[in-house]
Amino acid sequence: MTRVKLPPWLVLLLPAFIIIAAVVLVPLLLSLYSSFTPYHLTRPDTLWKVNFPFNYQKALTDANFWAAFGRTVLLLTVALNLEMLLGLGLALMVSKVTQGQRLLRTAMMFPMMFSPILVGFQFKFIFNDNVGLVNNALQSLGLADRAIPWLVDGNLALFAIICAEVWTSTSVFAILILAGLYAIPQDPLEAAKVDGCSPWQSFRFVTLPFLMPFIYIAMAIRSLDVARAYDIVQVMTNGGPARRTELLWTLIGRTGYVDARMGYANAMGYVAILLSIAFTVYFFLKLQRARRDLGMGD
Amino acid sequence: MAQVHLRNVVKRYGALDVVHSISLDIADGEFVVLVGPSGCGKSTTLRMVAGLEEISDGQVVIGDRVVNDLPPRDRNISMVFQNYALYPHMTVRENLGFSLKIARRPQAQIDAAVDEAAAILALTPLLDRKPGALSGGQRQRVAMGRAIVRHPDVFLFDEPLSNLDAKLRTQMRVEIKKLHQKVGSTVIYVTHDQVEAMTLADRIVIMRDGHIVQVGTPLEVFEDPANSFVATFIGSPPMNLLPGTVQGGRVVLADGTAVPVPPGLHVADGRRVHLGIRADNIMPEGHSLPPTAHMAHVDMPVTLTEPLGTETLLFATLAGAEVQAKMLNPRPVTPGERLRFGIALDKCHLFDADSGVSLRM
Ligand SMILES: Nc1ncnc2c1ncn2[C@@H]1O[C@H](COP(=O)(O)OP(=O)(O)O)[C@@H](O)[C@H]1O
Ligand SMILES: [Mg+2]
Repeated sequence: MTRVKLPPWLVLLLPAFIIIAAVVLVPLLLSLYSSFTPYHLTRPDTLWKVNFPFNYQKALTDANFWAAFGRTVLLLTVALNLEMLLGLGLALMVSKVTQGQRLLRTAMMFPMMFSPILVGFQFKFIFNDNVGLVNNALQSLGLADRAIPWLVDGNLALFAIICAEVWTSTSVFAILILAGLYAIPQDPLEAAKVDGCSPWQSFRFVTLPFLMPFIYIAMAIRSLDVARAYDIVQVMTNGGPARRTELLWTLIGRTGYVDARMGYANAMGYVAILLSIAFTVYFFLKLQRARRDLGMGD
Repeated sequence: MAQVHLRNVVKRYGALDVVHSISLDIADGEFVVLVGPSGCGKSTTLRMVAGLEEISDGQVVIGDRVVNDLPPRDRNISMVFQNYALYPHMTVRENLGFSLKIARRPQAQIDAAVDEAAAILALTPLLDRKPGALSGGQRQRVAMGRAIVRHPDVFLFDEPLSNLDAKLRTQMRVEIKKLHQKVGSTVIYVTHDQVEAMTLADRIVIMRDGHIVQVGTPLEVFEDPANSFVATFIGSPPMNLLPGTVQGGRVVLADGTAVPVPPGLHVADGRRVHLGIRADNIMPEGHSLPPTAHMAHVDMPVTLTEPLGTETLLFATLAGAEVQAKMLNPRPVTPGERLRFGIALDKCHLFDADSGVSLRM
């Protein structure tokens, strides 16, 4: 009997290969495979019935799926832009503070320290139509004469969810943009002053181009985050009322674990991942371009 | 076109004064160079004129306006920075035209001004590049171009050549001088390099520790330094300073060597002084300029020679101090050789040993 002698590099890398295969590759292939089957959690034998494009066809013709898809894109667009603007404003203000800036920077990170589930509960309470802070405040100030059904009306509920998202994650933008502000060289800003720029023009033509790479990094990070949004929505509205705040991943979670239709859920999951990848690639290309514009290599 | 006046201008950082009440009048079209060692407050002074630094006290006047409270954009100045300070995300063309775009000039006018500046500075083939793709000298020219497109009243330069290699520096120096002759604007130019100061300036302002030490044409400050600091700062090699005491119309050095007090100077006996002799005015016999009426002679051992071609720089020792002398029509000199040197006394200076003030005034 001759023993197969493996080359040493392979032996050394093997543990890593095995671990990666076990925790990443196998689940990935399994879920990909199951997305081609009518796999139902309560009927394991369904895992062996391959029906190639069926789940994908079903998803792509399902109005609920497209509604959730569109709503996810909408949430992503609105939340990211709002967070960017607020984060930019916050960073600019904090960068002007001369005393206690450290303290402010630390305080700015507080929202990131809470679990999204807790944030969801807190905002569910804030927007509660009977005992919530918002309605009480509006009514005490005489701005509303009756309770506004924040979490019941579909549009208002989405608005409430956006508020919660923005509250937790504006600091991601603020912190990255602040880092960008610290990194800006002073010379071009002084040159801009001498060249006749007003403070706004200096910001628009010099500061902002320098910040764009940082903004795109934040966008890339947050787009992944929002595209997989689940917890806050699950807690605040559970995708309701009547699916009007349903996002991709709440839909997928419901399909997979409540309806037990795991094959179909996996198929939708793969489409959702494509969406995430698309956004990441988009922002990454933007980042590369912004860096190239600044002459920061390719 | 404008004059610039500094009236008792002070710059204070907290309790620290870095510019002490300086006053200076600069004529329209004049090329003034602020020169002095690093940290003496040249940049700070220039930046107060530019409006990039607040003026703690006193007045800065450009043209006939007090500009203390005007932002840079209302002062009609342009500035060339030491690190060029180009906009990295704009092409050379956009960099050059930026100030005109901000001033909302019509595009045709911007294009014309940019093309003109590019032609003057030989930047035309580079117009569509970004600063990242330019060499140091090219960036420097873009920075200058950006300054000239606006036809400002005053040009401010802050050590614009200090990041270039020696050859390029000499070349750009000539370019700057030509540019000034062509444009004729008032220029305030900051440098720590006395050669740049001497070659460029209509008038040199020598600064030290936040004070103006002397103002004058390059020849004036070279020939009549107000004190020993200026004497050693301006001119290369620096003026030799030999400590001594005046006795009976002679300066007696530490080892007893006596040299007559330079003609025209009357100094009381016992005063401690520094005798200042430039290398050009102390030469070995037979290798010197024709002797003048007032010559003195000393014997010195040579310790080191630096041949420069048409002349050799000799390092010798006199009364324990190092003296640099020039040797014309040089011949080889071996270290340790004693030579007899002639000193042109009428070109020598005496400075008070304590205050450093020239006794010629
Ligand atoms: N922001 C500042 N705070 C405190 N001191 C400063 C500041 N900027 C410059 N200085 C001091 O002012 C002095 C003059 O600086 P500067 O004008 O840059 O000198 P230079 O003649 O080399 O251009 C230096 O001693 C420097 O340390
Ligand atoms: Mg300086």
